Amino acid sequence: MSAPKNKDSMSNVLVVALSVCFVCSIMVASAAVLLKPQRIANKNLDRVSNILMAAGIRNISATEVAQQFDRFEVKVVDLLERRVLSNLEVLDLGIDTSTYDQRKASKDPRLSKQLTDDEDIASISRRARYSLLYILREEETEAISKIILPVHGYGLWSTLYGFISLKGDMNTVSGITFYEHGETAGLGGEVDNPDWKSSWQGKKIYSDGQVALTVIKGKAMPASPGYDYQIDGLSGATLTSRGVENMVSYWLGEDGFGPVLSKLGG
Amino acid sequence: MSSKEILLNPLFNNNPIGLQILGICSALAVTTKMSVALVMCIALTIVCAFSNLFISIIRDRIPSSVRIIVQMTIIASLVIVVDQVLGAVAYDLSKQLSVFVGLIITNCIVMGRAEAFAMQNPPWPSFIDGVGNGLGYSLILMLVATIRELFGSGSMFGVEVLPLVTNGGWYSPVGLMLLPPSAFFIIGGIIWAIRAWKKDQIEESEHEIGHQTAFSKV
Repeated sequence: MSAPKNKDSMSNVLVVALSVCFVCSIMVASAAVLLKPQRIANKNLDRVSNILMAAGIRNISATEVAQQFDRFEVKVVDLLERRVLSNLEVLDLGIDTSTYDQRKASKDPRLSKQLTDDEDIASISRRARYSLLYILREEETEAISKIILPVHGYGLWSTLYGFISLKGDMNTVSGITFYEHGETAGLGGEVDNPDWKSSWQGKKIYSDGQVALTVIKGKAMPASPGYDYQIDGLSGATLTSRGVENMVSYWLGEDGFGPVLSKLGG
Repeated sequence: MSSKEILLNPLFNNNPIGLQILGICSALAVTTKMSVALVMCIALTIVCAFSNLFISIIRDRIPSSVRIIVQMTIIASLVIVVDQVLGAVAYDLSKQLSVFVGLIITNCIVMGRAEAFAMQNPPWPSFIDGVGNGLGYSLILMLVATIRELFGSGSMFGVEVLPLVTNGGWYSPVGLMLLPPSAFFIIGGIIWAIRAWKKDQIEESEHEIGHQTAFSKV
């Protein structure tokens, strides 16, 4: 390839610009397409290990993840009719629990509903009608030992996606974890901080049937009357903290899993 | 210059961080853990080497009026490809690196080598130059990460070396090491050490404070 006589001519500028764009776009596009299956598989593995993490099972290898996850019962909840669907109904609906994408469903008008401003405390605008939930039972008594619910809500910059896990009494938090968010690293991003996440353990959700859990400003003091319902706020991340609080009140409230949980709790 | 010189010069004699003071931002952000820093180093070295190579191949055709944009396009495409590959093969690490892989696009080292070296030199030396500068960056980054992780978390590559008080050991970690300012101090220390060793890197003062003049000419 010899150098053109006048490389600053208009025609050469156009030729170089267009061909660089063309070659680069092919490179980027093929990388994206070829690696997509692998990325999706990684994302799924990540999601499943987050479900396990919410349940308190950590630091396990990829093969163990699948094994451990088999101990969980996967159920489909109809948030409109406020009940857990039987396996037969799930089959009828054609929902495959291993591939069901709640995020996609929440964009489909047939499978979701538009939330009104009053309902939409978590700022998610649309909510899918069907949601998955995961149940871990005691080996002997078959009683529910843990229940894991997918939750999401808007923080400061981004929607946070995560799981919250409750104990068998359907009231005590056993863990929380986020698998996707775009909050500021070091401030709102501290939702990933293991210490902060473990501060949720043992907190109570409901008081008189209402969601009473709040993320307060500053540190929750054991002496204060509402201590069991208070989570330490993240310093420098008021809006992210509020987003997390709203997310919990929405998803565990009347419009979310609340009614289903009270039925399961008997 | 021979290939060997081009490759090894950026390690100590002309280190991109140590002498040229480029690429500091990512050096602050990704050095709390050695594993994360290592992935960042590999990603930057690959991008720097291949962007130099590709830019050098077409250097005779790039019109000077759009050369920066052409360089950026090539660098950005390479960064996206690297980001995609990381997402596929090292998902956990790519999650921890989050935006910083994307920010290689704005890393001054990559852009600086493309503009300063690859635009004037043939493909092979340019490629070597990219690798060399990537290694120079990696050297400093890994040094900083080793110090920060060892003293901040008592571990190396996540393996506990100094048993922490919280785990029943004797070492009480230095919290400052996990915060970005500590990287500034460490990089400053490294630059001082290099310049104490290689005296020719010491810059002449650009400005000298004059004598007290307030009363001299009254």
